[in-house]
Amino acid sequence: MSTTIDSMQTKTSRNGGFANGVRPPAAYEPNIVLATRAYDVVGTRPVRHDGADKVTGRALYGADKQIAGLLHGFVLRSPYAHAKIVSIDTSKAEELDGVFAVVTAADLPPARDKIVDVGEGDTRLAYVHGNVLASGKTLYKGHAVAAVAASSVHVAEQAAKLIDVEYEPLGSSMTAPQAMSADAPLLHDDLKTVEYGRQTDKASNVAQHFQWKIGNSDEGFAKADVVVERAFDTATVHQGYIEPHNATALWNNDGRVHIWTSTQGAFVVRDVTATILEIPVSQIKVTPMEIGGGFGGKIPVYLEPAAALLSKKTGRPVKLVMSRADVLEGTGPTPGSHVSVKIGAAKDGKITAMESVLAYEAGAYPGSFVAPGGMCIFAAYACENISVDCYDVVVNKPSSAAYRAPGATQAAFAAEQVIDEIAGKLGIDPIEFRMQNAAKEGVRRVDGPKFRRIGCFEVLEAMKNHPHYSAPLEGPNRGRGVAMGFWFNVGLESSCTLNVNSDGTVNLIEGSTDIGGTRTSIAMQAAEVLGISAEDINPQVVDTDSVGYTSVTGGSRTTFATGWAAHDAAQKIVGEMKCRAAQLLEADAAAVTHEKGVYSAGGKSVAFREIAAKSSRTGGPISASATVKPRGVGGSYAGNIVDVEVDPETGKVDILRFTAVQDVGKAVHPSYVEGQMQGGSAQGIGWALNEEYFMGADGGMQNNTLLDYRMPTSLDLPMIDTCIVEVANPGHPYGVRGVGEANIVPPPAAIANAIQNAVGRRLQRLPMNPPAVWHAIANGN
Amino acid sequence: MHWVDYQRPESLDAALKALAVNADNAKALAGGTDLLVQMRAGACASGVVVDIKKVPELNEMSCSPEKGLTLGAAVPCYRIYRDEAVAAAYPALIDAVSIIGGTQIQGRASVGGNLCNAAPSADVVPVLIALGAVCRVASAGGTREILAEDFCVAPGKNALAADELLVSLRFPPPAAHSGARYIRFIPRNEMDIAVAGAGVSVALADGKFSAARVALASVAPTPLFVKEAGEALIGQPVNAAAVAKAAAVAKAAANPISDMRGTAEYRCNLCAVLTRRALKDAVARAGGQI
Amino acid sequence: MKKTQVQTTINSRPVEFLCEPRQSLLEVLRDNRGLTGTKEGCNDGNCGACTVEMDGRIVPSCLVLGVEAEGAQIVTIEGIAVGSGLHEIQKAFLEGAALQCGVCTPGFIVATKALLQQNPNPTEHEIRFWLANNLCRCTGYDKIVRSVQAAACRLREEVSV
Repeated sequence: MSTTIDSMQTKTSRNGGFANGVRPPAAYEPNIVLATRAYDVVGTRPVRHDGADKVTGRALYGADKQIAGLLHGFVLRSPYAHAKIVSIDTSKAEELDGVFAVVTAADLPPARDKIVDVGEGDTRLAYVHGNVLASGKTLYKGHAVAAVAASSVHVAEQAAKLIDVEYEPLGSSMTAPQAMSADAPLLHDDLKTVEYGRQTDKASNVAQHFQWKIGNSDEGFAKADVVVERAFDTATVHQGYIEPHNATALWNNDGRVHIWTSTQGAFVVRDVTATILEIPVSQIKVTPMEIGGGFGGKIPVYLEPAAALLSKKTGRPVKLVMSRADVLEGTGPTPGSHVSVKIGAAKDGKITAMESVLAYEAGAYPGSFVAPGGMCIFAAYACENISVDCYDVVVNKPSSAAYRAPGATQAAFAAEQVIDEIAGKLGIDPIEFRMQNAAKEGVRRVDGPKFRRIGCFEVLEAMKNHPHYSAPLEGPNRGRGVAMGFWFNVGLESSCTLNVNSDGTVNLIEGSTDIGGTRTSIAMQAAEVLGISAEDINPQVVDTDSVGYTSVTGGSRTTFATGWAAHDAAQKIVGEMKCRAAQLLEADAAAVTHEKGVYSAGGKSVAFREIAAKSSRTGGPISASATVKPRGVGGSYAGNIVDVEVDPETGKVDILRFTAVQDVGKAVHPSYVEGQMQGGSAQGIGWALNEEYFMGADGGMQNNTLLDYRMPTSLDLPMIDTCIVEVANPGHPYGVRGVGEANIVPPPAAIANAIQNAVGRRLQRLPMNPPAVWHAIANGN
Repeated sequence: MHWVDYQRPESLDAALKALAVNADNAKALAGGTDLLVQMRAGACASGVVVDIKKVPELNEMSCSPEKGLTLGAAVPCYRIYRDEAVAAAYPALIDAVSIIGGTQIQGRASVGGNLCNAAPSADVVPVLIALGAVCRVASAGGTREILAEDFCVAPGKNALAADELLVSLRFPPPAAHSGARYIRFIPRNEMDIAVAGAGVSVALADGKFSAARVALASVAPTPLFVKEAGEALIGQPVNAAAVAKAAAVAKAAANPISDMRGTAEYRCNLCAVLTRRALKDAVARAGGQI
Repeated sequence: MKKTQVQTTINSRPVEFLCEPRQSLLEVLRDNRGLTGTKEGCNDGNCGACTVEMDGRIVPSCLVLGVEAEGAQIVTIEGIAVGSGLHEIQKAFLEGAALQCGVCTPGFIVATKALLQQNPNPTEHEIRFWLANNLCRCTGYDKIVRSVQAAACRLREEVSV
């Protein structure tokens, strides 16, 4: 398959809001730097296949599942951040009218010492097991302790309150530096630090400490004319999807378990639930319902094992749905972090050395995504001397989960501010400085791999050329900032089946949960190969019994990998179609050529639709499947230009203008690509300015509502301009890179740099909320 | 949520009887935007919810230049800002009712409910105090009046007895050359609880302040009437120095706590900033200029 | 502990149902009536996913008791589309890519319909202010605001034709 790393044409016109009363253009002009290869379907903007269901309320999300005999559940959660469970007495709850069953950790098979794949990495079974239902100890406020099934949610809730749990409260640690201190209470007695890859016998809250090095940073700093070193902190934040977690389970009379749930990975739910319950994967069928947002947070399994156990005990289907407080207190936030960064550069603008120490809060169980943070922190730069140390630290907060480019945003908040400060000290334009040091093909990342073709420089160039960057910004307390971010993206595994219908359309069967339009972006890649329209493909996301193994919708992989599987299955269909066409054209199959859905040989041709209609006469149904485990993943760079205005009397920061630039390889569906860029930017803005787990003295989250956990509203954001850069990924048939994640990485740093530019204060902690900014201004630092 | 019973009386007498019969176990339901959330957290267990939205007196909204405004306790926010006469005469009331929650909340939430909920951060209460509103309260035993500034007695606690119901609020007609304003500070631009808020009213005569009232939100256990801040203005020329002095008095009166919405120091600073900004706007509404 | 009988109108159809007084209108719509298009995101009025129209005004159905529906006119997302076609707002949301996961979409569409009924030509600020009670975590609101503007244009044209 040919690839497209071609010369590029640069087109830059701002796409701002249009004046009131003026008819908007049907499809507003994006600001695209185009690869020159043109396609018929890829790169167009069809309406999504599931669109009508989603605008009429007919789409069925997990909580919408209704089934005869359904019982409703409620999960009892720990009121303590850290406590020993002395005893649990469920008898009063079980006696309440309308209660059918109660389960606790005692109902789970004991956790064996085993490593399990949990979607975007491996972890110990005991940790997954312990997070589903606490055993022996609770490790955070909100930790699930027991679950009830009853005739209604109200009865289940009342019953849960009748469960008598005796706790013995223990001391707790809320941040990585606290948990790393010598006298910190230990969360896990059996947790011993893995130091530089070797298991030590040191009992500690530090699960891992590791280091990556290139060159010699001491020598690098010796060559520097300017060295800046600063430390940064970021608060715990949540993915904030609007749909709470849910699971409905039926343990059938034949021993088979059927689970309906809103998840990013139906197969992960199947495999993890099977492992926890000690039943074969073949005994569980998971039907992925529509999912109301995930951003990484709906990869872990929380409710499914308890729902299945409750169903087993009651013989009835059981539905568990989290409240908003449950979501915030009981599901994976992203780690809070403590990151120090030291960078040196020579007068000519060359970076000579980079160092960082990153300590991330894993939450209750190890696995904080500090490693990707360390891999990404300096990934935008070519430097010969780099050293990165990472600490994975357990604390008494909910077990952290992936959140859009997990680990990278915290790292960029630190690194991109120091880069900005050095550029300022050297008197070099901050984008110029980054371009001068930009990572390119062949540059080695600190953790080892050499970059293939990447678009770091091209993103910076697009930023520099963007009219936003040269637009005047006048008025007091206004400032402009820029920042870069990187995310690798992942490949993992995908399956796809295509069945040709007699009317010339194609049913596409896949296993990737569709969170933002991937049914369509996958279908488009098959349509391109087949030479038919996107609308002639009917994509369906099916259950785990009905499609080959497919990894999570995460890691920006779905359009990349499942789209590739669709592409490969379509190639097989084309092969088969050639054989069928050969019969219809009375030609040799090897002589049949295909172009845009027309099969020709010997001067005659036959269209896709006709071959489909006559398939019964030429050998029967036409069908093909393909599976992929792609290796050609292309990393993505994202950059922001942001203008802010600070009210020095209140510390409030308003975003005046925001431009998101990203290398996406190839935008299969540009509207959905823009949507990813805008959504990631909005989450980054929320993370930057207001979002935070505000922990009380009791170790509980005080702001566990959507009133006080302040995600941006429509009134808090401007239009978010997008500039799509397409530097084709040589590892993908259409040049696709993942697009879902890198966009959340730069906003906090870009906004911090803009605040510094506006009021001369460098904010070193997230969130940069009004009190923080006001205190920084008032205290003069 | 625990079991509750529901009653929907259609007259004031019936409502008062329902409250009296169920005594401590009854809750009056207007918009429910606070009450239902509190009930889910355990309030009103096994009690009675008395829906007062069908009681005519609680739905009254009449406004005239002579008599001022009578506002039934259950009138939802949107009805208030949609009423042109009320909006013209009491723009400070509109300031508050158009920022409580968001559009959907304003479809339910009432001024009376916001007052009875007695949160220190209640957006309408500083306005009621600044405008000199009087609360009409009824029970089976009769009616009485409570000044707005005396209505909230502690966080979440109001001056009503268990069998009493807030029926309506009476606002005096706006004086000549008067103006009022409510400004709050929140980290987002909507959907938030005031970190601090300032409700002020002024009247001007001969280039001087002839009357002034200042009240603050979120900086004390109850919405705070800062009488001395208004008094500091009376008789002073309408200028920035007088306003700055009143703002300093307001700041000095504030007694906030540090919590997840801001530190005490930050909130005190906001009191001065918001009082100054609100006074400036109120003067402009009164036809003056600073 | 007796259930209450409620007579109401949902999507222009007279409806009777039994419910417990503690059940919210949201619960009643979803669990008793099977109208699951109205979503629960927070159950305390802060996300807007459960927005319905009640007597001509949008409300968070999680903060309304089911029994309060007695005698009321309720419109849910299931009542927005006309016949077998889509409402202009629904079309504009699809063409403008105003949804990603789609779980907030019913609330946005019901709220947008109410906005455009009372203000056919809203400014960007008016749209953002009206919709501030509806949280969307996927889109950053850009394409939602543009789609509301596009729908407003089309609806104005429809009226003027």
